[in-house]
Amino acid sequence: MKRIITLTVMNRPGVLNRITNLFSKRNYNIESISVGYSEQEGMSRITCVVHVDNDGVLEQITKQLNKQIDVIKVMDITEQSIVARELALIKVVSNSSTRNEIYSLIQPFRASVIDVSKDSLVIQLTGESDKVEAFIELIKPYGIKELARTGTTAFLRGTQKPSQAIKPYSIV
Amino acid sequence: MLQETAFTKMKAENEPISGAELMLEALKKEQVEVIFGYPGGAVLPIYDKLYDSKILHILPRHEQGGIHAAEGYSRVTGKPGVVIATSGPGATNIITGLADAMMDSLPLVVFTGQVATGVIGTDAFQEADILGITTPITKYNYQVRSIEDIPRIVKEAFYVATSGRPGPVLIDIPKDIAAGTANVPEEQEIVLPGYQPTVQPNYLQIRKLTEAVSRAKKPVILAGAGILFSEGYEELKQYAEQQSLPVVHTLLGLGGFPAEHPLFAGLAGMHGCYTANMALYECDLLINIGARFDDRLTGNLQHFAPNATVAHIDIDPAEIGKNVQTHIPVVADAKEALKQLISQEGKPPVHQEWLDTLNAWKKEYPYFYKEDDRLKPQKVMEMLYEKTKGEAIVVTDVGQHQMWAAQYYKFSKANRWVTSGGLGTMGFGLPASIGAQLASPESIVLSISGDGGFQMCTQELAVIREQNLPIKIIILNNSSLGMVRQWQEIFYESRFSHSKFSSQPDFVKLADAFGIKGYLIEDEAQAETIFNEVLTNNEPVLLDIRIDPDENVYPMIAPGKGHHEMVGVKP
Ligand SMILES: Cc1ncc(C[n+]2csc(CCOP(=O)(O)OP(=O)(O)O)c2C)c(N)n1
Ligand SMILES: [Mg+2]
Repeated sequence: MKRIITLTVMNRPGVLNRITNLFSKRNYNIESISVGYSEQEGMSRITCVVHVDNDGVLEQITKQLNKQIDVIKVMDITEQSIVARELALIKVVSNSSTRNEIYSLIQPFRASVIDVSKDSLVIQLTGESDKVEAFIELIKPYGIKELARTGTTAFLRGTQKPSQAIKPYSIV
Repeated sequence: MLQETAFTKMKAENEPISGAELMLEALKKEQVEVIFGYPGGAVLPIYDKLYDSKILHILPRHEQGGIHAAEGYSRVTGKPGVVIATSGPGATNIITGLADAMMDSLPLVVFTGQVATGVIGTDAFQEADILGITTPITKYNYQVRSIEDIPRIVKEAFYVATSGRPGPVLIDIPKDIAAGTANVPEEQEIVLPGYQPTVQPNYLQIRKLTEAVSRAKKPVILAGAGILFSEGYEELKQYAEQQSLPVVHTLLGLGGFPAEHPLFAGLAGMHGCYTANMALYECDLLINIGARFDDRLTGNLQHFAPNATVAHIDIDPAEIGKNVQTHIPVVADAKEALKQLISQEGKPPVHQEWLDTLNAWKKEYPYFYKEDDRLKPQKVMEMLYEKTKGEAIVVTDVGQHQMWAAQYYKFSKANRWVTSGGLGTMGFGLPASIGAQLASPESIVLSISGDGGFQMCTQELAVIREQNLPIKIIILNNSSLGMVRQWQEIFYESRFSHSKFSSQPDFVKLADAFGIKGYLIEDEAQAETIFNEVLTNNEPVLLDIRIDPDENVYPMIAPGKGHHEMVGVKP
């Protein structure tokens, strides 16, 4: 199963290396990882999308992450009300005969064209990973020249349904 | 407590102070008694300051020897072992020791030199990415980026290494940082918001465990090295006696509970005794205190404690549920948890039948070996136990001899057993015994190695001579990599691929070359005479003991098997 885990980490040198190192050391399967500064000074926010076989592995991942000295907080937010977004840049083959068709695909996905050349378009798309994937499938037949994705970044919505209190992993 | 150090003096005068001096002052503040270090270009500024320092400095003959010695020191004292190595090759030579200490949770504070800040990343002479290399095998690591940070970083490093689940911490110091000067910083506080080990147990879990104990018909305590790190041995004894709970030990836990105690059920695991392993197999309540359910202990997890409610007390929450599903998790320091358990004064126990069963097993299935005209390693261990009245510090290397030592030397007290468990590092024993003897100068230190592993850090004989350490070096010589040979015999149709030595050094002459007296022992009578002569004198000695080369370690749980599938439990 796919899980979204967010980390608040101290902004110390090598912290990203510690996290990725842990994933490889413990043989965890990671799909994407995105990092950037958070609202607190000296702290960064990391969003990891991982694939796990069962709850036991998931519990181990959260515990091992929590054990890292630079990690302040770990949350598995998969089951919460969240906003999750990923950005994709797609350079797609296009000429005068296909351009209009591509534009018509872009619209329902609220993607935008951010660069145009004689034989290609660069499309920018944001959304949940499913939406990004669906769009990529759709656009593939036209010929994708280049594709870059940021990986998911996510956090909790302002209001949570009461039943969805955050699943605690601490057994303290 | 705060004596006036050069640091405080200089601070008063507000003179610039060098990074190296700040480092040594910080070590003094941590009351470091001994450093195991090896100099080189990148640490020359530190060595220049060490020239005037009063801290004892031990120069191993290989950095690996240095870090294993620090591990031995740490295991016996409970204090962090301190190591210095130079950049590049010096730093990479301590990798095995770091991994070993990480696996066995030994607190170390390790300093490595680094090339100057300006050339980091340019493949400068003797540069190695030691942070990158050591991240997975240290509890934490630092590279010092500014001189002013040194006091805080050293303070943090000692705190991290020794608190929670102990482990090695590395501090990488670029040469310009060590050599450069700065105005002495104000006293700095530790900044570790993401590190707050849980020491006190959750009351509800303690209640749950107490109730489980009162209901249990077949309870058993599995005690690991967490008992030693938390210094909870007295509490363990008290609790076990209060509730009549039998205790089994992991390899690393030995000494946490007195071996001659009627409630002691022995060593568990791959070469543990029948009683201990069957106690784990048959129990209905398993109370793990400070052990990590290592695979050499559990055997095949599918057959591990199949009928038990599992309680696990560990200061590291990540260990709970990692290998074995746990019903009563208790995140806490072992000693604190035991204190709480004792104060619950649970109902008097109702499991006399179980204790009787264990006692019957103990009688029926003791360790055994066949006696014939060849000198048996088990006999040697029994003799060593008797001659040292069970009071020696026993340091081992890795292999068959390690298992025989664990089986036959009965520890009545804690912190007298020094062995490499998790990583199983050959070459550990001889240098570790140096640290152990420095830690406890009055004790008899038996350094027991195989003829193979002894050759992995032989060079440290020079330190033993130099420091006049009266270590009793015992080589159980079977002319082979015995443990490998044993596995080949059992699992590979006796195809002894590269496990028998066709040429061996003359160990007695070798000792002589280092100025250490050596003896060859080929039979029991010689052992008797020579043990009497050398074990209690104040001189180092090397004993090359020729044991039966065909002897194997039993009982044994073969890989993939469960505790109930032990072989070699009876003659
Ligand atoms: C550094 C290292 N290399 C290889 C091994 C694998 N190994 C485990 S026991 C053993 C044999 C040890 O032989 P010896 O030191 O003579 O001890 P014995 O088993 O004969 O008592 C070997 C090679 C190891 N544990 N450590
Ligand atoms: Mg051998």
